[in-house]
Amino acid sequence: MNYTSFLIKYAEIAIKGKNRYMFEDALVRQINFALKKVQGEFSVGKTQGRVNIECLSDYDYDEVVSALSCVFGITGICPVVHVEDEGFDRLAEDVIKYIDEEYPDKNRTFKVNCRRARKNYPMDSQEVNMEMGSRILDAWPEMKVDVHDPDILLTIEIRDDKIYIYSKIIPGPGGMPVGTGGKAMLLLSGGIDSPVAGYMIAKRGVKLEAVYFHAPPYTSERAKQKVVDLARYISKYAGSIRLHVINFTDIQLEIYEKCPHDELTIIMRRYMMRIAEHLAKENGCLSLVTGESLGQVASQTMQSLAATNEVCTMPVFRPLIGFDKNEIIKISEKIDTYETSILPYEDCCTIFVAKHPVTKPNVNIIKRSETNLSETIDELFSKAVETDEVIVVS
Amino acid sequence: MTAYLDNSATTRCFDEIREFMCEIMDKHYGNPSSMHMAGVEAEKYIRYAKDIFAGILKVKPKEILFTSGGTESDNLALIGCARACRRTGKHIITTKIEHPAVLEPCKYLEDEGFEVTYLDVDGSGRVRPDDLKEALRDDTILVSVMYVNNEIGSLQPIAGLGRIIKEHNRDTLFHVDAVQGFGKVRISPVREHIDLLSVSGHKIHGPKGVGLLYVGDKVKIKPIMFGGGQQKGLRSGTENVPGIAGMARAAELLYDGFEAKTDRMYGLKSYFTDELGRLEGVSINGLADDIRETAPHIISASVEGIRAEVMLHALEDKGVYVSSGSACSSNKPAISETLKAIGVKKELLDSTIRFSMSVETTKEEIDLALSGMRELLPVLRKFKRH
Repeated sequence: MNYTSFLIKYAEIAIKGKNRYMFEDALVRQINFALKKVQGEFSVGKTQGRVNIECLSDYDYDEVVSALSCVFGITGICPVVHVEDEGFDRLAEDVIKYIDEEYPDKNRTFKVNCRRARKNYPMDSQEVNMEMGSRILDAWPEMKVDVHDPDILLTIEIRDDKIYIYSKIIPGPGGMPVGTGGKAMLLLSGGIDSPVAGYMIAKRGVKLEAVYFHAPPYTSERAKQKVVDLARYISKYAGSIRLHVINFTDIQLEIYEKCPHDELTIIMRRYMMRIAEHLAKENGCLSLVTGESLGQVASQTMQSLAATNEVCTMPVFRPLIGFDKNEIIKISEKIDTYETSILPYEDCCTIFVAKHPVTKPNVNIIKRSETNLSETIDELFSKAVETDEVIVVS
Repeated sequence: MTAYLDNSATTRCFDEIREFMCEIMDKHYGNPSSMHMAGVEAEKYIRYAKDIFAGILKVKPKEILFTSGGTESDNLALIGCARACRRTGKHIITTKIEHPAVLEPCKYLEDEGFEVTYLDVDGSGRVRPDDLKEALRDDTILVSVMYVNNEIGSLQPIAGLGRIIKEHNRDTLFHVDAVQGFGKVRISPVREHIDLLSVSGHKIHGPKGVGLLYVGDKVKIKPIMFGGGQQKGLRSGTENVPGIAGMARAAELLYDGFEAKTDRMYGLKSYFTDELGRLEGVSINGLADDIRETAPHIISASVEGIRAEVMLHALEDKGVYVSSGSACSSNKPAISETLKAIGVKKELLDSTIRFSMSVETTKEEIDLALSGMRELLPVLRKFKRH
C-alpha cells in the first residue's frame, strides 16, 4: 500500500491548556529530527489540533515507522491514503480497494467514521457512513458492521482539497516530546540499568546530559567506548546527548587508601553524586538521574540510597526504583542497549568492591570516615572536574 | 617510545609488503581463473606464493592450499578429514591446550558422532609422548597438535609425536596448527610426519584475512565450502591474490637469514625472562630446561596480586602493549584452559599476562616493558580487590 501521509496522534499534550503550542512545536521538532536520518522528503505540520507528515517523495515505510516509534509524545501513527474527490461512487471504489489491500482476511467487523471538514460535501457524515457501509457489505458479504467495538474503524475525512482514508493505528512510544520537561544529568555506568533509566526520564520529555566515571588503568578504553555506544542508543529516543567523561581514578585510590574498605562503594558513590551535581549545575540541568533499583545490590538498599542522596540538594530521579531486574532487562532489550550493556568490561563501580560491603550504612559513620579525606579531597575533586571530556552523541 | 609486545595477537605488516600488495591491487587485479591475460598475470602470483611455501616447507607446490586464515585452515583440516575418513574410524586425538580454532571444530565433530580424546600436558605445556601412545586406537583417524602454544609458547616435540602416530598406523592423519610456529621454527612436514599444517598470514608480518593449509597429496580430505571449484574443488572462492602474494613475500623475508633472526630472539627472550623472574612475585609460565625447547617469541608471566586487565592497561599507559592470557580469548574473560592445564595456581589464573615478540622487537622495547613493570608492581599492589 502506498501511503501519502501519516497522521500523528498524541494524548497527553492535548490537555496542556495554554502551553499546548509549546508541546506541539516540540513534537514537530522531534519528528523532524527523527526523520532527518530517514531517506526521503517529508513535510511536518500542525493542522486542526493534529500533526501531519506529508510524504513528498518515495520513502521506505518500515524505516519511517521505526523512526517515528522513537519519538516520545506520539501515541499512535496512522498511515493515510489520499484520494481526489471525484464523486461518491469513485470514493466507494477507492475505499473498497483500500480495504482489499489492507485486510486480506475479510472475516472482520467494521465501522465507517466520516468526518467532514468541508461542510459543502453533498452528503452529510451520517449519510456517508451508512451508504459506504452498505457498499462495503455489497462487496464482501462476509464482513459485519459493529458500531460499538469494530475490528476496523475506517475513517473517511473529507477535506477541502482531498479525501483521506485511514484505519490502522500503529502504537507510538507515548510520553512527552523531549525538550518540554527540562534537562537532567544521567549517571551512566555501562551496566544494564542506567541506560534504561535515561530512556524512562527522556520519555517524560526531559533532555539528557550524561556523566561517565572513567578509572584508567582499572577500566579500559573499551569500557568508555561501550558507554559512548550506550549513549548513542539512548539518543535515538532522547535526541543528542552531551556525555561528560570524568577521570575518577585518583579520587577512587584516595578513598581506598584512607577509608574503611567496606564503606568504599558508598563513599565513592557519594563523590560521584557530588561531581554529577556540580556538572549538572554548570550545564543547566535541574535534576540527577540514576539507574538504582531498591535493594538490588548493597549500595541500593534504602539506607545506602539515603546515604548517597544526602550529599545532593538537587532532586535525584530513580525511575527504576520499583523495577525487578527482569523488567529492566525487558526494556533494555526493547531499546537495544542490552547486548552492549552485558559486554564484560569492568566498570568503576566494581573494581575495588569489597567482599562484604556495608548494606545499612549509617550516615554519621560515613561522614566521619570521609573526614580522613579532608586534606586532599578538595583538590582531587577540582582536578577530576577539570578532566571533563565532553563527547556529543547523536 | 612504545613497545608493541603483542605479536602473537598480530604483527605489523612489513613495509615492502604493503607496497607489493597495492601494486597487485592496482595493476594485476584479474581473477586467476579468467582465461585472458589479466587472469594469467594474477595466477602468476598464486604460483609464486606456492613456490615460496613449497620451498620453505620442502613440499610440493600443489600441496599448498590458500584459505582465509588460521581458523579456516584448522576447520578445513579437522572437519574435512573427519568427514573423508568417517568410514575408517571415528576417533580423534587432540590436546587440552589447543586454540579454539581446533577445539571448537572438535566439539562440533563430537556432536556429529565422533569421539575426541583430549591429551593432558606436563608443567611446561608439552604433550607426553607416552600419553599419545596410549591414546592411539585402531579407529583413530586424526591427531591434531599445535606446534607452538599461543599463550605460553611451549614447543611440542612434533617429529617425535609424528613418528609415534605413523608407527601405530600409517593412515592416521597428523594435523599441526602452526599458526604460532611458522616463521619462528623450521618446519618440515615430510620429515616430521605431518599430513596437514595450518599457517596464518598476519602472524608473520603479512596481511590479515589470508592463510594456508598444507595438505599432503595422499591425504583424504573433503571440502567444507562449496562453490566455483577453485583450488581443485577443495576450497571454492576466488583466491585472495594480493593477500596470498603478500603472505608469501612475508614468509620469504622471514626465512631469509632465519637462524640469525631466531638466535637474536632467543637472546632477547632469555634476557627478558631472567629480568622478569627477578621481580618480586613474578613467575614465568611454560619454561623448559633449555630455552630452545620453547618458542623464541612468547613469554607468559603471572604477577601475584595484580589482575591481568589492570596490569595490561597500566602498561598500556606507559606505551607497552601486551595481552592478558591470549588475545583471542580475552574479550570473554573466561579462565584460560591452557594455564589450568599446566598447573598455574588458581589465584594466578586471572593475573597472567603475555608478552610476545617478533623479529622486529628491539632490546629498547624489552627494557621499556621491564622498567614499566618495575615501576608499576608496587603501585598496583597497593590497591587490590579483596
